[in-house]
Amino acid sequence: MEYVIHLSIVSGIVAILGMSLNLIVGYTGLLSVAHAAFYGIGAYVTAILLAGFGVNFFLALLLGMALAAAVALLIGLVLSRFDDDYYVLASLGLNIIIYSVFLNWNTLTRGPLGIPGISRPELGIGGYRFGLTSNFSFLVLTLLCAVLVYLAARFITRSSFGRVLMAIREDEQALQVFGYRTVYYKLAIFVIGAVMAAVAGALFASYITFIDPTSFMLRESIFMLSVIILGGLANTNGAVAGAVILVVLPELLRFVGLPSNIAAQMRLLLYGLALVLLMIYRPQGLFGKYRL
Amino acid sequence: MEENILEIKRLTKHFGGVHAVQNLSVVFARGAITGIIGPNGSGKTTLVNLLTGMLPMDGGVIVSDGATLRRMRAHEARFYGITRTFQNIRLFEQMTVLDNLLVVLTERRVFASLFERHGAYHLKKAEALLRQVGLWEKHNELALHLSYGQRKLLEIARAIGTDARVFLFDEPFAGLFPEMREIVKRQLEALREQGAAVLLIEHNTELIRQLSDYVVVLDSGKLLAEGKPESVLRRRDVLEAYLGE
Repeated sequence: MEYVIHLSIVSGIVAILGMSLNLIVGYTGLLSVAHAAFYGIGAYVTAILLAGFGVNFFLALLLGMALAAAVALLIGLVLSRFDDDYYVLASLGLNIIIYSVFLNWNTLTRGPLGIPGISRPELGIGGYRFGLTSNFSFLVLTLLCAVLVYLAARFITRSSFGRVLMAIREDEQALQVFGYRTVYYKLAIFVIGAVMAAVAGALFASYITFIDPTSFMLRESIFMLSVIILGGLANTNGAVAGAVILVVLPELLRFVGLPSNIAAQMRLLLYGLALVLLMIYRPQGLFGKYRL
Repeated sequence: MEENILEIKRLTKHFGGVHAVQNLSVVFARGAITGIIGPNGSGKTTLVNLLTGMLPMDGGVIVSDGATLRRMRAHEARFYGITRTFQNIRLFEQMTVLDNLLVVLTERRVFASLFERHGAYHLKKAEALLRQVGLWEKHNELALHLSYGQRKLLEIARAIGTDARVFLFDEPFAGLFPEMREIVKRQLEALREQGAAVLLIEHNTELIRQLSDYVVVLDSGKLLAEGKPESVLRRRDVLEAYLGE
């Protein structure tokens, strides 16, 4: 049962990442590979404040979201100068810069040593304090966050704002002629997506209780892209499905009886194979309508 | 001509050594269709791109309702009441026909648009526009699934939906069946009756003769002739430049 709860928590965290990235890539057509950076910012702010200063998880979460929003605003302004392939390359560069900060700012992040001893969230009502120390209680928190992100994503995509995002994806310059300052829309959704990713980062840090920079490398951004491409771009349900499939599917290898070192490599091979097959047979993903 | 709604003075655009538009000065009147003709490469589409801010001007000014503009950015075109269609159709392909229209009918401000759902008013207006061009039955289909002619009609409906005062139609009749041409003609004439300024880029001189109140002839980015269609289309220099006669 603990194993199922663990997979559900990880799926929930990845689903939040998938839904948030889907707003940027799937709906708006901005092929960003910088998402792991905001995931990392959320995780590091939470880790530093919880492990170093004993701050309440929920306050740390809010501060992580605020910092992710501020950084996303700056990065979004830089990225707004680019289109298409250049946008991808610029976002790649920015992910590497943020990763380098995690890796090299030793006094704050402890660099490659990482930050251990991150506590689980605590709820305090009056004089009572209730720690979400069990995995089940943490699962409830994770699912609550995932549902909130899901509802927020649906709210956005069903609004006039969401329709404009899709029109930007289709033909930004033609849309501008109809009176839209598209750069503001792109900035807004980039910041919203980053804030959601920071929530996932905070949950991750508190759940695993240890973080180091390797969790926020470019590879993680590529994994998030795989999640939404598998589930289907511009489809919030698809992002959730993609997250569950890509978290659970490699776990099935455990039951095949392969040695653990081979099983780990097989996981990457499976991701790659799934993406190649998908591009050939269903380029719009499992639940999507939109093609890149 | 009647009251001017849009005027360009000494408008200039060059691409490297090629002068696409050279010192062009033209006025466009309210409640009139101005036909713009000229051989390929004469600067017709460049003119439309300059008027809608899709290309930066190298010189000259645009005067819109008394405001003198030395620079026009794409998102400002709507503010000055200018809208357009495209020679090579540019729809929001992977969106429904209805959404293609709702985009131009709904809120432009970022924060307000986040809290806006399209309402009965928007739907009613979109339905009326789509019925005008015979596309209401297709409103739930993706734009990319429409035929070429239907796509042209959707672009025209989208432009009309903007409530602009100046409409720039870049070859709206090209590749259309006769029934569709009639629909487009009706739309253009209706806009004229409503007092809009309509710029019509068209190669078919018969259509220009039928629809235009005024004709502007461009050649190599320069103004070759302008005036009433019956007189301009008889001029020898126009026939030589445009029709190769």
